[in-house]
Amino acid sequence: MSVATDADQQHPAVRLLRALCVLAGGMLFGFGLALSGMIRPETVLAFLQLRDMGLLLVLGGAAGVATIVYQLAPRLLSRPLLGGRFTGHPGQLDRRSVVGAAIFGVGWGLCGVCPGPAIAGLGAGLWPLGWAVIGLAGGAWLHGRYASRR
Amino acid sequence: MDTLARLFPDGWAHYLLGGLLAGAGVSLVYVGTGLVGGTSSFFSATWSWVSRLTFFGEPRWREQRAWRLLYAVGLIAGALLWALSMGTPQVTAVPAWQLLLGGLVAGFGARLSGGCTAGHGICGLASLKRESFVAVPVFLLTAIATAHLMRLWGLA
Repeated sequence: MSVATDADQQHPAVRLLRALCVLAGGMLFGFGLALSGMIRPETVLAFLQLRDMGLLLVLGGAAGVATIVYQLAPRLLSRPLLGGRFTGHPGQLDRRSVVGAAIFGVGWGLCGVCPGPAIAGLGAGLWPLGWAVIGLAGGAWLHGRYASRR
Repeated sequence: MDTLARLFPDGWAHYLLGGLLAGAGVSLVYVGTGLVGGTSSFFSATWSWVSRLTFFGEPRWREQRAWRLLYAVGLIAGALLWALSMGTPQVTAVPAWQLLLGGLVAGFGARLSGGCTAGHGICGLASLKRESFVAVPVFLLTAIATAHLMRLWGLA
């Protein structure tokens, strides 16, 4: 993955456009998370306690659009519009990916907050989500410590 | 109609529209730059600015950290735009300790697994990755079980 190396060889104007594209994509994502109510832990917990199936529409809608684009774009374009390469989500199926997912679910079920909504929620003034952001950062650090010793 | 109201007591349109917009954001980043926009990697990438742990010193984090940070700024700006244009004031009754502890566990798990609801649930499924097709049902199941236990204990 030489995303930065590719970017280093790009014209400054293209690099700026790539940055604006990332920013705009993040904004659409954040707007969608806020509109769908996913930034409210109560809404997520209502799904996890099977009282409101809304989250399935959010996840299904988002994954549906993304699947079409992730599958079509590399077939229709030789490379991304602003340079770089099409790569899928990195990773492989192994014990860590499954055990990690199980642990992630426990944490998600404890508080009703996952990384995207935790960050986005701050933009909508949901200040208590700052606790979740601190927790997520702490968890990522613990993982880094664990992975450094492996 | 009754079934619809029972499954979605708060309505369904904003869920679907919000999900489609979120998917459009991830898609825009992919078509424009080829970058895969999960969100939990932001935390590992951001630690690479300050931490001396060998894991955070891996080149991949230095390569990602700038755009991951920008992406996070976008998430915040997008939600801010929603709050300013059509949002209602947001509050949560979930206590701080629960947000902190849940975040800690979720953060460790997502990084161990290589993705969260966005990384596995949107980008991984969209990439047709095998581990994401396993990870998503696994975290949905453990999250549903945990949330039920929390309610049983009167904590959520």
